[in-house]
Amino acid sequence: MPRWFYQLASPRWCYQITGKLLPGFAIASILLIVIGTVWGLAFAPPDYQQGNSFRIIYLHVPAAYMAQSIYMTMALAGAIGLIWKMKVADMVAKSCAPIGASLAVLALATGAIWGKPTWGSWWVWDARLTSMLILLFLYLGIIALNSAIESESTAAQSTAVLALVGLVNIPIIKYSVDWWNTLHQPATFKITAKPAMPPDMWIPLLILVIGFYCFFAVTLMMRLRNEIIRRERRASWVRELLMQQRG
Amino acid sequence: MSETKLQPLAELQQIENADYRPGKIFIATLKRELQLALRRRSDLVNPLIFFLMVATLFPLGVSPEPTILATLAPGVVWVAALLSTLLAMDSMFRSDYEDGSLEQILLSPQPLFVVVLGKVLAHWMMTGLPLTLMAPLIAVMLFLPAEGMSGLMLSLLIGTPTLSLVGAIGAALTVGLRKGGVLISLLVLPLYIPVLIFGTAAVEAAVTSLPLAGHLALLGALLALGIALAPIAIAAALRISVSG
Repeated sequence: MPRWFYQLASPRWCYQITGKLLPGFAIASILLIVIGTVWGLAFAPPDYQQGNSFRIIYLHVPAAYMAQSIYMTMALAGAIGLIWKMKVADMVAKSCAPIGASLAVLALATGAIWGKPTWGSWWVWDARLTSMLILLFLYLGIIALNSAIESESTAAQSTAVLALVGLVNIPIIKYSVDWWNTLHQPATFKITAKPAMPPDMWIPLLILVIGFYCFFAVTLMMRLRNEIIRRERRASWVRELLMQQRG
Repeated sequence: MSETKLQPLAELQQIENADYRPGKIFIATLKRELQLALRRRSDLVNPLIFFLMVATLFPLGVSPEPTILATLAPGVVWVAALLSTLLAMDSMFRSDYEDGSLEQILLSPQPLFVVVLGKVLAHWMMTGLPLTLMAPLIAVMLFLPAEGMSGLMLSLLIGTPTLSLVGAIGAALTVGLRKGGVLISLLVLPLYIPVLIFGTAAVEAAVTSLPLAGHLALLGALLALGIALAPIAIAAALRISVSG
């Protein structure tokens, strides 16, 4: 196991390194999201079928990607916490859940707003939509379980088990558009093929996806730092830090 | 520990100390669970009454019209079955946890996987199996066409064990909490949805005389996945809940 892996296990080291990384990610996420949004909403050409209504893709697709990526991050962090008993991993998993849940809500809401002009209804019981809704329910279940258990370490382990069990849903969401004949269109980006859109349309989308990843990193680090300070409040380094900030 | 529970547990422990064969442990666990369940008959009957009552609500709440009820029937029977297994789920590990026998089971040198599988099978024999046998009655009440009956019974027979397996994960995660009831539903219901989808699809296929082997095969695949993986999660969750 490399040395940085062990260093990550130290809340103090983790607090310091995230403090250094945070400004860079914050600037990157603001720049990328602003550039992507302006390009996508104002300069990208309208779709030949959907006109301007397709532009909600610039919010919908990144949010949907993030909701799934965050779930996988959470499950991975939970597994690391279960296997190596690493406190920081538990805190990462705990910090992921609310961010993922809010992005899942955003993906479902933008999907509904997009569905109204294109499919003629706010909601259809299609495989992609249903599995995304299940993902939101899983997030809510994990948050509920975490807040129901008083002991921090038991809560972290229990939610990690639940997150790993819920992981079966991720491939179902991913491939639902390929397995079933659904109303939802297939994936926008594939590693193996070129996107079906002109570059002027997909480049801003790609910028926004990367921007959302940076945004996730920023919110995760902020939540993580809060969690570290809260849990390590009795450690001497946290006290010194607080004294410095006060004095 | 109450006296009624002491004797079956002692039997289980005797085997545990003398013998390490998983098959024997499995049978012993199953015997113990069934013995305990038969001593508390009301716990056995309650989910079935609930099943019947939920199904009664639909003709009263939606419409007593046979054509409308017939289209709703597959979903109603499945949802009612799903909710009643959920109702019985909280008690799965609860009494064992409260009187300490769960701790003894965890401390024993036996593979927890096998013990857990035995407990789940016993739970299914006490809820899923009677529900499957009672389903035709409710199906008739809801005017499900006779062609759908085989699909309903088969899909419930293959689907309800998966519900017991997945529900046991939720029960194991919440066993240490004083009020686990509502929380279990929140944790487990999202994971029940695939079983519900394929189960009702099988019934609908049977009603319209389409081949239903595909849906049943998918239910079987879910069950196989559940038998292989769920006991691992249940065992891990029990260890966490008891040590916490």
